[in-house]
Amino acid sequence: MKGYILKRLLSLIPVLLVVAVVVFLLMHITPGDPAAVILGPEASPEEVAELREELGLNKPPIEQFISWFGNVLQGDFGTSIFMKQPVSQAFFEHLGPTLSLAIMAQVLAIVVAIPLGVLAAKFRGSILDQTFMGISLLGISVPSFLLGLFLILLIGVELKWLPVAGYKPIDAGLVNHIKYLILPAIALGSMQAALIARMTRSSMLDVLNANYIKTARSKGVKETIIVIKHTLRNAFIPILTIIGQTFGTLVAGAAVVETVFNIPGIGQLIINSVERRDFAVIQGSVMLIAVSYVLINLVIDLLYGVIDPRVRLGRK
Amino acid sequence: MSELLLEVKNLKVHFDTENGTVTAVDDVSFSVKQGETVGVVGESGCGKSVTAESILRLLNEKHTHYEGNILFEEKDILKFSYSELQKLRGNDISMIFQDPMSSLNPVYTVGNQIVEALLLHQNLTKKEAEVKAVEMLKLTGIPLPEKRVNEYPHELSGGMRQRVMIAMALSCKPKLLIADEPTTALDVTTQSQILDLINELKDEFNMGTIMITHDLGVVAEVCTKVVVMYLGQVIEEASVESIFSSPLHPYTQGLLKSIPHIEGPRDEKLYVIEGKVPTLTQIPKGCRFAPRCEFATELCRDKMPQLESYENDLKVRCWHFKDIQEKRGGLNGIRNESQTVNS
Amino acid sequence: MQNVMTEEQLNVLKSDMKKKHRNLLVKRFLSNKLALSGSIIMIVIILLAIIAPFFTSFTPYELDAMKRLKAPGGEHFFGTDNYGRDLFSRVVHGARVSLMIGFAVAIITSILGMIIGLYSAYFKKLDGVLMRISDGLMAFPAILLAIAIMASLGPRLENVIIALTIVFTPSVARTVRSAVLVVKEQTYVEALRAQGASSSRIIWLNIAPNVLSPLIVQATFIFADSIIIEAALSFLGAGIPAPDPSWGNLLYDGKTVIFNAWWMTLFPGIAIMLTVFGLNLFGDGLRDLLDPHNNKAKK
Repeated sequence: MKGYILKRLLSLIPVLLVVAVVVFLLMHITPGDPAAVILGPEASPEEVAELREELGLNKPPIEQFISWFGNVLQGDFGTSIFMKQPVSQAFFEHLGPTLSLAIMAQVLAIVVAIPLGVLAAKFRGSILDQTFMGISLLGISVPSFLLGLFLILLIGVELKWLPVAGYKPIDAGLVNHIKYLILPAIALGSMQAALIARMTRSSMLDVLNANYIKTARSKGVKETIIVIKHTLRNAFIPILTIIGQTFGTLVAGAAVVETVFNIPGIGQLIINSVERRDFAVIQGSVMLIAVSYVLINLVIDLLYGVIDPRVRLGRK
Repeated sequence: MSELLLEVKNLKVHFDTENGTVTAVDDVSFSVKQGETVGVVGESGCGKSVTAESILRLLNEKHTHYEGNILFEEKDILKFSYSELQKLRGNDISMIFQDPMSSLNPVYTVGNQIVEALLLHQNLTKKEAEVKAVEMLKLTGIPLPEKRVNEYPHELSGGMRQRVMIAMALSCKPKLLIADEPTTALDVTTQSQILDLINELKDEFNMGTIMITHDLGVVAEVCTKVVVMYLGQVIEEASVESIFSSPLHPYTQGLLKSIPHIEGPRDEKLYVIEGKVPTLTQIPKGCRFAPRCEFATELCRDKMPQLESYENDLKVRCWHFKDIQEKRGGLNGIRNESQTVNS
Repeated sequence: MQNVMTEEQLNVLKSDMKKKHRNLLVKRFLSNKLALSGSIIMIVIILLAIIAPFFTSFTPYELDAMKRLKAPGGEHFFGTDNYGRDLFSRVVHGARVSLMIGFAVAIITSILGMIIGLYSAYFKKLDGVLMRISDGLMAFPAILLAIAIMASLGPRLENVIIALTIVFTPSVARTVRSAVLVVKEQTYVEALRAQGASSSRIIWLNIAPNVLSPLIVQATFIFADSIIIEAALSFLGAGIPAPDPSWGNLLYDGKTVIFNAWWMTLFPGIAIMLTVFGLNLFGDGLRDLLDPHNNKAKK
């Protein structure tokens, strides 16, 4: 198992290297002089030259990359020109709301989607199945920010049940915290739920046809136990994979949903930085999210072993 | 005379498919007595597995319709409620499947899976069931059962897994065991070990056994009675001796001739039954074997023969079986012929 | 000798068989409810995008301060926006922008992904490098990478297409590559190689046609995803620049007045939803049609 973890960790190196190169290039594909772009049209040539020097833009690109990457490896993502603070500090200050939102959406999605997917598979071809799958296809077709806007229209403007904007940290009370996050979490989690439900259904259908399910039936095991004990656990690996793969999308989606609901998270940080051309913040945030996405998938990979003994023992 | 255990009477199994209803088993009847081993033989697609699975009603009943009766100790399984069925499955009637590699749940230990069956049907505590599971593994000849009980299916060989399946199937002392091609997926030496084991345990438990197979060698080794199926119908039923010595139906004769003889000369071409098995959607109008039968006449192609009783216990579904025998030179024709090949 | 067919007869026979095959596909397509309803939705939307502007006398840019935020009805089917512009006209022109971007991205990523996937599957050394790059690019959540690229390139329609192409090409390349890897091992390819056919010939004439089915299915989904991401980018102010009527821009304008003018959010929103839903239906149906494995599972 240790060897396996080590091997997986080593395989991350090329991926992370490519991620770093892409992030580094982000600032350099901008048309014209990045320093001039950052400072805007009113800046004097002296100011631009000064910033060029400060950003190290006068050095050859390879050298720039090495010094930038060296800093990144030490956790230094540069300094925000506008906020006058280290990027990592700005990032982690904004992380709380985003993480809260993403986790809540994920939990909501899993709790709703897995039972629905299981039921749809169990009653395949029935009206229930067709309804669920129709809804899930619709769910995939409504981007989270759009669903957010629709929810604001319906619940916030018409019914006035829940707050439609803003954020209350957990310190303000858990109930309050959750109340402000419900609509954003539904908006964000629905596409996720649709994906998980569809994956659960198809994975369950595969397993329900397996021979060992017939064996269990021939032993006299009850149908509900067959579904829960014998099928779901075997069907779980693809479900887990899709949950892992889409968690990154969820975090990124949170960034967009935050804008809809005025939540001061990473999304707002990035969008504000795009407007201000604050490249260091964009680069740092994108890099951190990509890295955490890669790491989450590593964790998921390792979780397989817990579920499936074949993975656990086969890679001893 | 031992007791009648199972009686399949005029069983028909229909499936709904995209192209209409298909009858996979058409008017099949046979019976199994206590301690008896009945072989159900036929090519793949002849309906033998469907017959086997109907007995435990394992087919997806949303798309399956049954006709006829399956009487187990005089009660009709086809009329059982769902909970009656659960009490029957694994307790009175158990089943072993073809592919031991995929018949065990990969995420639970073999012990866990045997214990599950025991806890379902017997009044045992979990501890007692675990002890019993080890006992059952020992009975099937698995070395180090105390260790194996905690292993996962993928850690065992195919033969071992089939032994686990047998241990699981027999754990509740069933009265009837249905073995659906239990040795097909195994290599030759393991095959005979598994057959011996089934044979031994059958005597020990005094079970009735239904052995589904396409392999006449298996039949010769373990069966007392044989039912030959073709395209969903029984075409011949006889004791194992008379099937091998004097098969009545041309199809059975063909099956016997196509067995390779180990001692025979190698340059001899293996006999093949001409033609292909038709699919269930294009069943011939008359005798179902007629398109492939060298003796077929207008009558065969026009009208379906019924399953006729002949002499004591023999049954055959053929218009011309008497003529064919005469042509072949009496009841022992086939046997003599195959011996000449041998010498 | 009587069995030998003339070239002509052979060609007739071949075209007959092709026709039969095509008829079968058409028949299956018509009986596939998903694909059928998806394509009907798409055809309606495309037709509306093309002909609808001729039915309204308003251009999407015409300001009218007197008619700000008028509710739907009368001469403005969808009402007017906060600048007094006709919302119907803007939504319909938005459809043109969205469909154009989605189509362009689907085509460009398909071509690039096909080239990369084919050569990558065929040449081992190239494979290592290209697949690491695609792994790296796929480590970014799609929308985030698109935002970051747009931040550098600046908000312009062409840049949206470039950004989405960078975002989606790796996954197309992966699909093509895995399809090729399966085909490559098949005997007939071995046989061609043994006969001395050149790599390029084998790749383009014999392997490429086999990866078309999964490619077309994926292109449909990329079409849909591109529309979603373009809308999100424009909504965030990083997509199509402001006065142009893209659906994302309409939603951005709508959000500022969401408490007063529901129509400004509802109509562009429904437009996005319907288009993406139509494409997803179509893609799902197409996958059922083209993937024999899926057909078997359906039984």
